[in-house]
Amino acid sequence: MARQYKALGEDIWKNRVETINAELFIFTYGSLVVQLVKDYEDYDQVNTQLEKMGYSIGVRLIEDFLARSGWGRCTDFKETMEVISKIGFKMFLNITPTITNWSSDNRTCSLILDENPLNDFVELPADAQSKLWYSNVFCGVLRGALEMVQMQIEATFVSDVLRGDDASEIRLQFVRFLQEEMPNADE
Amino acid sequence: MSHVYYFVIVGTDDTPLYESELGLQFKDTAPSAKKEEARYLNQFVAHAALDIIDEAVCTTNDLYLRTVDKYNELNVSCYVTPSNIRFILLHDNKADDSIRQFFVECHELYIKILCNPFYMINTPITSAPFDIRVKSLARRHLL
Repeated sequence: MARQYKALGEDIWKNRVETINAELFIFTYGSLVVQLVKDYEDYDQVNTQLEKMGYSIGVRLIEDFLARSGWGRCTDFKETMEVISKIGFKMFLNITPTITNWSSDNRTCSLILDENPLNDFVELPADAQSKLWYSNVFCGVLRGALEMVQMQIEATFVSDVLRGDDASEIRLQFVRFLQEEMPNADE
Repeated sequence: MSHVYYFVIVGTDDTPLYESELGLQFKDTAPSAKKEEARYLNQFVAHAALDIIDEAVCTTNDLYLRTVDKYNELNVSCYVTPSNIRFILLHDNKADDSIRQFFVECHELYIKILCNPFYMINTPITSAPFDIRVKSLARRHLL
């Protein structure tokens, strides 16, 4: 099964996406974050704003993702996470984060970003080291995208290599399926 | 006998962005007043060379200007980036290819710093990794 996701991800990346220059993308995001830092002068606010931006990206991106990948409904949260990592991240960023630390009830897990294109060239200033989640936009994207497929989740960064941690980790908590289209698990 | 170097990056408005003393300046037993004095002298010599550098820039297409000035036994070598950031190295030995190499690689490090969205041009470079990398470059090429 896992193989299949990976192959599909590779295939879409190679044949079905248009790429843009990485530096252009990195610098655009970098100057966006820096401008937010200047405007809000408060890192907590910046984190919130990045998350909100990600949310609006996510609710649109999911449509594009589903259309391009042709992937159907996932049966559970676990499969959803596999698809996000192996196809979603692969398709848009050409990375495949590792999924680990599943809780026993399969409702929380961690995405470990082994590489993160947004981080290239970036060095956080000393006062931002313990406050700013530079790539917080990802959390918003995940939340927005999954909300559009009736899954409510919470995503938060718990560690980031830019802060001097060993790995960049996003903690995901599955909250509930949203009401309108409750999938019937027994069918 | 190892040589001593003083390396400074000067911004477009003639303010120092990064300074570093490379190599052993004095034995530890030397009085600290003397160290202080040498530090000021280095800055003074580097600053005095700025005008000469500006003139020298016009005479060549090369970024590396070789030795542009002398003060007693101190040679002043310079490398000017296309955006007019000046890398100045004070050294007491002859300029050779290793100095050019040092400058070229420092330029690459500087470009990396410039790519950091949190760094504003013409502000002091406070990045610790940059400092460490410059020092290891110096060890490889100069000392």
